[in-house]
Amino acid sequence: MTHARRFILSAASGLALIAALPATAQDFITVASTTSTENSGLFGHILPMFQEETGIEVRVVSQGTGQALETGRRGDADVVFVHARAQEEQFVADGYGVQRFDVMYNDFVIVGPGDDPAEVRMAADATAAMTAIAVAEAAFASRGDDSGTHVAEANLWAAAGVAPAGRWYLSTGSGMGATLNTAAQVPAYALTDRGTWLSFENRGDLEIVFEGDPVLFNPYGIILVNPERHAHVKAEQGQAFIDWVTSDEGQAAIADFTVGGEQLFFPSAA
Amino acid sequence: MGGPFATAFSLIASGDPALMQIIGLSLRVTLTAVLMACAVGLPLGAALALARFPGRGAVIVVFNALMGLPPVVAGLIVYLMLSRSGPFGSLALLFTPTAMIIAQTLLILPIVISLTRSVVEDLWAEYREQLLSLGAGRLRAVPTLLWDGRVSLLTGVLAGFGRASAEVGAVLIVGGNIAGHTRTMTTAITLETARGQLGLAVALGIILLTLTLTLNAIAWGAGQWARGRLG
Amino acid sequence: MKIARDIAPPILPLSLEDMGYAVGGKTLLSGITLRIEAGQRLVVMGANGAGKSLFLRLCHGLIDPTQGRRRWASDEARAEAQAMVFQRPVLLRRSVAANLDYPLALKGLPRAARRETVARTLDRFGLNDLAERPARLLSGGEQQRLALARAWAMRPQVLFLDEPSSALDPSATRIIEEMVAQFSDEGITIVMTTHDLGQARRLAAQVAFLHRGRLIEHRPAAEFFAGPEAAEARAFLAGDLIW
Repeated sequence: MTHARRFILSAASGLALIAALPATAQDFITVASTTSTENSGLFGHILPMFQEETGIEVRVVSQGTGQALETGRRGDADVVFVHARAQEEQFVADGYGVQRFDVMYNDFVIVGPGDDPAEVRMAADATAAMTAIAVAEAAFASRGDDSGTHVAEANLWAAAGVAPAGRWYLSTGSGMGATLNTAAQVPAYALTDRGTWLSFENRGDLEIVFEGDPVLFNPYGIILVNPERHAHVKAEQGQAFIDWVTSDEGQAAIADFTVGGEQLFFPSAA
Repeated sequence: MGGPFATAFSLIASGDPALMQIIGLSLRVTLTAVLMACAVGLPLGAALALARFPGRGAVIVVFNALMGLPPVVAGLIVYLMLSRSGPFGSLALLFTPTAMIIAQTLLILPIVISLTRSVVEDLWAEYREQLLSLGAGRLRAVPTLLWDGRVSLLTGVLAGFGRASAEVGAVLIVGGNIAGHTRTMTTAITLETARGQLGLAVALGIILLTLTLTLNAIAWGAGQWARGRLG
Repeated sequence: MKIARDIAPPILPLSLEDMGYAVGGKTLLSGITLRIEAGQRLVVMGANGAGKSLFLRLCHGLIDPTQGRRRWASDEARAEAQAMVFQRPVLLRRSVAANLDYPLALKGLPRAARRETVARTLDRFGLNDLAERPARLLSGGEQQRLALARAWAMRPQVLFLDEPSSALDPSATRIIEEMVAQFSDEGITIVMTTHDLGQARRLAAQVAFLHRGRLIEHRPAAEFFAGPEAAEARAFLAGDLIW
């Protein structure tokens, strides 16, 4: 029957479409990284240089730090490139990663409404800034997603002796960009990495109201997923990427990257 | 709203290869998922319409409910299956377009099955005696009923296409939104929103909507033509 | 055509032995004992709800009796040797020619033989001009004509017709009646229901009269119309409302 044949044909063409998907390139690695690095545009700047030099394509899956580390733990990435030092060290200690290397740092800033209702601008240090927000019960938008930024924020609250809760504390449970979109709407204070902030366009009334305290430095580490735990990990190519990123050349490429004339990331490889 | 429309237009006019790649991938993933879902869902839905077995009602209810399966959940299931630590990890399909096709197929399948069942069940009520009289058993009736219900079934297929082309949760999780590899229209929109590039996000949304509109218009026209032509 | 029919083992006569049908504790048909011989032209009559359609479906095998027996002379190929035309024929959403082809393909006829049969059928019933038209867009009369042609193309030994012209206008009805008469002349056994007395007089060679699910009279048509024995049948012929 003609219609029966049609069914078989459509099924076959479906399979053919799948088969026609480009053969997976042999020389690529998967890097689980954070939304902040991807959103800032850093990868678009440095990865072509690395690929040109080595022929290795880097496929970046950008997730929150917690999710990126989980991706590494499950063996779904060859390299993780994140910013949550304590969790990274745990990741290595648990045997999921080979070794952690310093790559670079950027810093966190506190952004908030221009009229600064909690007078955060007057704060002497980051702890005082957080205390001021909590005391004024001024709206604060938190990532609330177990990301590196969220962990840094939690550390600041702990240092200030505040357990943030109440109607003023908005846990968005989403990425940095979405959280900034929320903060711009409310408007609310928020802790953000400078990179995301500089490339973020939908600022509304928000401005940087606090910056510069050394506790706000945000170090990035890079770790090869342990091939002893996941045999399929492309250790050689993954290590090549780590070596390049921490080399003089890679470090220079990171320092070169600017948004609106401002340098976002500061090399820190030993 | 002149801004986003102008951006959308100049994006298209520029023929930006990255954008074309994203549009191409979106269409390929979604259309392949629709084809796969039809290849499985049409016969299965028809079989469900004609078969009588204990628990049939429960199966129907489950498929109806699955039409509302949140894309994120479908994505998560496929993610756990395809992850290196999952049962099909050795296939190395996570973060590939194939994984996205699988996730979307899973999303559309309940729609195709449920709608097919409903269309074929109604047709069977009308055709049953005549087909039996002509010598077609239940099994043989399946392709006949599917073919005669083709215009109504198109609606279900379109609904499936709409769901797949609009969803972001599943493809984001299993595809990873890797630039140049698994970035689709919807994940690109999510990314641009996260970057605060709302104008660009809306422009991409306009392009996506235009594509969906075009496909729907073609399908509707084909349906009207077939209705007039075939009665 | 006649040759092919004659090669197949004859399935008639059909013997119904105390046949009945009940559903959900409700008896719709009971105690039917009847023999349908080859070559008969049997018209089943009775008021609405007497069980005429049910009777045809039981004979044709669309449903099975819940009591008694339905026995064909030859069980071999009996499904293929019958056809049925419904009050509202179901035509497939495809062309007239494709509708004729469909049951032939179901029988597993080779493509060439099907093409030839379809061409001959179109020719025989003057459907050539309509061959490529979508069957669903034909007029009611044309649709029923196609349904009869489709049944004929299947080369049945016995043809069941359930009120085949009740939804048609008089001129279409006349064409249908002529087709039925021709089929009968070709040797096809006819079993049909109608509530149209005129039609019954024109077509019947034998009459079976059903009343409330029971067969109360079965006689040659001439005798029946001359004066039925049962009071209900007399009342029916006189045009009284019976139930």
